[in-house]
Amino acid sequence: MKIMVAIKRVVDYAVKIRVKADKTGVETNNVKMSMNPFCEIALEEALRIREAGFASEVVAVSMGPAQCVDTLRTGLAMGADRAIHVDAPAAGLYPLSVAKILRALVDVEKPGILILGKQAIDDDCNQTGQMVAGLLNWPQATFASKVVLDKEKQLATVDREVDGGLETLCVDLPAVITTDLRLNQPRYATLPNIMKAKSKPIKKFKLEDLKVDIKSDLEIVEVTEPPKRKAGIIVSSVDELIDKLKNEAHVI
Amino acid sequence: MEKWRAITYTLLQHSLKTNFHHPINPNFRSLTRSSSTSGHTYAFGRTCERLKPMLAHEKWNIQPCVHPCMSHHPLVSTKIFSGNMCRIQCIYFASLTTKIQRNPLFSTINSDDISHFKKILGEKNVIQEEEKLDTANTDWMRKYKGSSKLMLQPRSTEEVSQILKYCNSRCLAVVPQGGNTGLVGGSVPVFDEVIINTGSMNSIISFDKVSGILVCEAGCILENLISFLDSRGFIMPLDLGAKGSCQIGGNVSTNAGGLRLVRYGSLHGTVLGLEAVLANGTVLDMLGTLRKDNTGYDLKHLFIGSEGSLGIISKVSILTPPKLSSVNLAFLACKDYFSCQKLLLEAKRRLGEILSAFEFLDSHALDLVLKHLDGVRNPLPPSMHNFYVLIETTGSDESSDKQKLEAFLIHSMEGGLISDGAIAQDISQASSFWHIREGVPEALMKAGAVYKYDLSLPVEKMYDLVEEMRIRLGSAADVVGYGHLGDSNLHLNISTPQYDDAILAQIEPFVYEWTSKHHGSISAEHGLGLMKADKIHYSKSPEAVQLMTSIKKLLDPNGILNPYKVLPPSLVS
Repeated sequence: MKIMVAIKRVVDYAVKIRVKADKTGVETNNVKMSMNPFCEIALEEALRIREAGFASEVVAVSMGPAQCVDTLRTGLAMGADRAIHVDAPAAGLYPLSVAKILRALVDVEKPGILILGKQAIDDDCNQTGQMVAGLLNWPQATFASKVVLDKEKQLATVDREVDGGLETLCVDLPAVITTDLRLNQPRYATLPNIMKAKSKPIKKFKLEDLKVDIKSDLEIVEVTEPPKRKAGIIVSSVDELIDKLKNEAHVI
Repeated sequence: MEKWRAITYTLLQHSLKTNFHHPINPNFRSLTRSSSTSGHTYAFGRTCERLKPMLAHEKWNIQPCVHPCMSHHPLVSTKIFSGNMCRIQCIYFASLTTKIQRNPLFSTINSDDISHFKKILGEKNVIQEEEKLDTANTDWMRKYKGSSKLMLQPRSTEEVSQILKYCNSRCLAVVPQGGNTGLVGGSVPVFDEVIINTGSMNSIISFDKVSGILVCEAGCILENLISFLDSRGFIMPLDLGAKGSCQIGGNVSTNAGGLRLVRYGSLHGTVLGLEAVLANGTVLDMLGTLRKDNTGYDLKHLFIGSEGSLGIISKVSILTPPKLSSVNLAFLACKDYFSCQKLLLEAKRRLGEILSAFEFLDSHALDLVLKHLDGVRNPLPPSMHNFYVLIETTGSDESSDKQKLEAFLIHSMEGGLISDGAIAQDISQASSFWHIREGVPEALMKAGAVYKYDLSLPVEKMYDLVEEMRIRLGSAADVVGYGHLGDSNLHLNISTPQYDDAILAQIEPFVYEWTSKHHGSISAEHGLGLMKADKIHYSKSPEAVQLMTSIKKLLDPNGILNPYKVLPPSLVS
C-alpha cells in the first residue's frame, strides 16, 4: 500500500511576520521558509506506518513555484521514498484548488491513505483535507492524535481531538487523515538520510498534465495587522479605578 | 605557612560542624550560612565562643589569620575575642588557603548614609528589604553569598555619579551589579558592600539604521536588545546562555565571550565607546560612535573586562552586525577528539566566511542534559558517540549556504570525521539543538555540586586535561568537558553530589598549574571575580600584575569599587 503525504512550504513558525506595505499580504521576501509543522507531523506518521510494515512506500507531494522542491527535499531527507512537485503559481492556490490537484494525483498514484496536516500555519484554513475527502468520496478522520491501522480489515482507528475531548473513529481504507499536534514528534533529518535523499526522484507535473483548472472564486481584498494592544495604566486609587471602569470602559 | 593553613582548616571544620547547625549560644550572633551544596561560610559574630576552646587548645598564635577588625585588644593565644566585632570569612571550598578579611578601612553604613541616598534616589530605589537583598546577595550558582544591607538602583548616570562620590568620601565599599549571572562571584558582595544595581538604567538611547551603531544604557538586558535589533534587521555581536537576564553593562565589564565570538570577535572590537563613572564620581565620557578614532590612548579598553573594579559602566555604544537571513545549524557526532579538531580546521576552510559558531560537548555533558532538562531529546539516534559538535552558519543566501553546509558535512562524513549528524530543518529544530548546548550549565547545577573552570588552551591539548582529571578523580566525580572549540575555550566542569574539600584538593591547583604549563589562560571568558582573585599569576607576569595594581590605585585610591576581587587582595590593599 502506498501512502501519499501532502506538504506545504510556509513561513517558518518561529519568524515574526510583517504585513506588506501595500496590505496585499504577508512579507515573504527574505524570510525563512520551512515545512508546515502539521505537515511534518503527517510525514512522520506516514514514515512510522511504513516502518511498522503497513505500507510499502511513502510519496511526498507539494504544489507551488520552484522553491517547493526545497521542502520536498527535506521530506525526502526525513525518509520519504519519492516526491512529486506540481508546478503552479504561488498566488491563487486556495484550499479548493489544492484539493482538486490532490484528487488528480490520487487518481495517478492510487494510495491507500492520504495524510495531511490539519491546517497550514499561514492561512489557518483547515479545509483542504475535508474538501479532498469530499471530492474523492473517501472517509475522513481529521485532527488525529492517534492512528492505529488494521491490515486485514483494511481500516484505521483514529483518535480525534475535538472540543469536548477525544473521539475515536473507525474509517475504512482508502481514507483521508489530517494530523494534529499531539500525534507524534517528527524526526530530525540525519546526514545518512540527507545523502540518500540526493538520489531519490522528484517527479514534476504541470497543471495541464493533471487537467486541473485552478481558477479561484476567492480574492484577498486586504491584509492588516491586528490592532496593537494598548498599554495599561496604573491607577492611583480605588475611586479612580471605579471612575474609569464606569466612564471610560463602560463595564459597570 | 603550611601549619596555620591546616589549623584554619580544622578550625573551620570544627566551626562548621558545631556552629551553624546548633546556634544555641545567644551571644553568638552567627550569620553563618551554609548548606551542603554551598561552598561558602561566613562566621560572623561578636564572640566566637565555640572557637575559643579550639584555639586555646592549640596554643598557636593565630595572629596573622584571624584578627578583630576594630580591635582594641591584640590577639593573645588564650584569650581571643573580647567582645569585639570579629569577622572571619572563609571561602573553604574554592581554595583551602584563601582567607579574606573585611578591609577595616571601609566604613559601615549608618542612618545618615541611608537618608542621603534616599535624597538622591528617592525612597523606592533604596532597598533594604530582606527578601530582595537576599537574592541580590547571592550569585547565580548559589556559591557565594554576601551580607550587604543596602541595594541602590540609580536611574541615570548622574545618580550613579552622586552615589559614588558620596561612597568615596565616606569610604563605603560598593559592588556594581547587573544581571548577577556571573560565574566567579564577581557580582555579589563579599561582606557588606553597598550593591549598586544598574537594572533601572535600561533605556535604548539611539540606533543608527545605516551603520548599525547602537547606543544604550548599561542596564539593558541582552535579550531585549536582541529583540529590539531583530525588528530592525540587526543582531547583537554576542550571544550567551544567560541572555535573558544578563545586562550589557555587565557583559562589557566582564568582556563576555559567548557563542558567536568565532564570527564577530570580542567586545574589545565591537564596543565603540563607553561612558563610565569613576570611584570619585567623575563621569568619563568616552561614548564615541566612530569606527575609527586614533586620538590618544584608547581608555575604554581598560574598562572592558575590568569587572567593575576600575569604574561603573553606565552607557555603551556598540557596533551591531546586520542580521543575515540564512542560518543553518548542524548537530554532529564524532568518535574522538582528534576528529573534532580536524573538523574545526576543515570547517574554517570550507565554510569560511559563513561559519558563525563551532561548539563541542562530550558524551558526559549530553547525558547530563538529557537526564536533567525537560523537553530535550537527542537529535541523533541513540548510539555510543563520544563527542558532539554544533556548527552554525550564517549567510545571506539560503540555498547556497545550505548546499555548502551539506556538501561540507557529507564530505566530512565520507572522510570519517563525522560518524553521524542531523541538520535542523526549521527554526524550532535549530533552537532545540542550541538548547542542548546552552543547557549544559543548567543541567550541571541540577545534578548537584559543580566545580567550574573556564580555560583557554591550545586546541590539541584541550581534551587531554579532561582525560587527566578523569584519571585523577576516578569514580568520585563526573568530569565533563564542553565549550567553544572554535575559540580554543574549554569549560571544564566537575560534577559531584556535594562539595567536598578532598575533591577540591585534587582539582586545584593542579588545573591551574596544568593550564599555566601549557601557556593557557585560567579564565578564558568568565573573568577572575572572587573565585580566582589570587590566581592571576598563573597566567600573567608579575610585572604586568604590578602595572595593573598601579592603575587600580590610580583610578580608585580608596579601593571602594568591587574590593577583594580581580587582583590579589594582598597587592591592592
